[in-house]
Amino acid sequence: MSSLSYRQTFALVLKRDLTIAFRHKDEMLNPLLFFIIVVTLFPLGIGPQANTLAKIAPGIIWVSALLATLLSLDRLFKADHNDGSLEQMLISPQPLFIFTLAKITAHWLLTGLPLILVAPILAALLYLPEQSYSALFLTLLLGTPVLSFIGAIGAALTVGVKKGGVLLSLIVLPLYIPVLIFATSAIDTASLNLPYNGQLAIIAALFFGSLTLAPFAVGAALKVSTN
Amino acid sequence: MSNSSPLVQAEHLTCVREDRILFDQLSFAINAGDIVQVEGPNGAGKTSLLRLLAGLSQPYEGSISYIGKPIVQYAERYHQDLLYLGHMPGVKAELSAQENLAFNLAMAGGDSSLAEDTLAKVNLLGFEDVTASHLSAGQHRRIALARLWQSNAKVWILDEPFTAIDKQGVTALEKLFVEHAQNGGCVILTTHQDLALPENMVKKITLAYRLF
Repeated sequence: MSSLSYRQTFALVLKRDLTIAFRHKDEMLNPLLFFIIVVTLFPLGIGPQANTLAKIAPGIIWVSALLATLLSLDRLFKADHNDGSLEQMLISPQPLFIFTLAKITAHWLLTGLPLILVAPILAALLYLPEQSYSALFLTLLLGTPVLSFIGAIGAALTVGVKKGGVLLSLIVLPLYIPVLIFATSAIDTASLNLPYNGQLAIIAALFFGSLTLAPFAVGAALKVSTN
Repeated sequence: MSNSSPLVQAEHLTCVREDRILFDQLSFAINAGDIVQVEGPNGAGKTSLLRLLAGLSQPYEGSISYIGKPIVQYAERYHQDLLYLGHMPGVKAELSAQENLAFNLAMAGGDSSLAEDTLAKVNLLGFEDVTASHLSAGQHRRIALARLWQSNAKVWILDEPFTAIDKQGVTALEKLFVEHAQNGGCVILTTHQDLALPENMVKKITLAYRLF
């Protein structure tokens, strides 16, 4: 009997999660549709004035991205918890952080990445100034994984709770605020043709911090909430 | 086994759930070759005991050791030798029978290409490519149990393995348990059915329902 390498374990879990998601297309598309609908509703509610929309565009896109991610978090560990796969993960000889890292990566590929891909089109609808596009792209690229990582901690803590949705929002939303503030500030700064490296560096720090620490925190949280 | 210490040993286990003591100062030793049936009425703590033994939850008091080593400190070593099936079979409804089993085998470090042949052993040949959501409860459990045929784990902990399994299936499983025990493994299971196994092989742990 050969023992699995970390890379093989990661690939196996990632592949399984993606396969499952692609067979459940409605659930997979839900956050993306939510994102598109919310962003397109704003011009209808506020009116089509270009300067007003351009001013609030970064905020709209980022708040919608944040809520869309939140919408998808509840399912992250729920199905595994209900059908017993989570127990199998917990007693696997492979370290738990490999599993959680793979599951969070799958979550980002299914929710974060599609948001990044449609964001430029929605930004055009909101008259976002041309010079802000690269800032929008970079903040989303570094910021959405942070949303997945931090959200996973909340999802892991509430996995044993029957109706954990409200609790999950209460735990996770305050932790999302730093990302929101620095991301929108970076896009605003870019629209004035000023350097936004500072904000980007802080989001990058949040990204690497959560990438290295969150998988362990999620593992510990899963152990606690299934005990 | 040259080692004289028992395979799994529990000492002074106390389990508390929702302010109720399920069992108190429970001690036992399970040796290679044992088939242990945990008995007791509903709510007596059978599943809780199995979860403790699998290392999924921590006892309120007491300790569990595997070949003389506490399972908390040596979790990785213990989990390599452990196969636990909880009362939820851990089968993904979106995946086919074969994909489910192949994943489980690969995770245990086995050969996932054996999945198809193994499904034949649990009478699921012909259902390999059917998504599990279209299969019955008994077939779900068979997918989960199919792993036993390819398992090298020494300790099998099975929570209600016979639920929704037909008579033939139960007989096949019992035969497998005896083989496993004779090969130096041990089986710990809960079931409300009487096992048709030789008396000298089966040990029983009986839990009583306690009000407080």
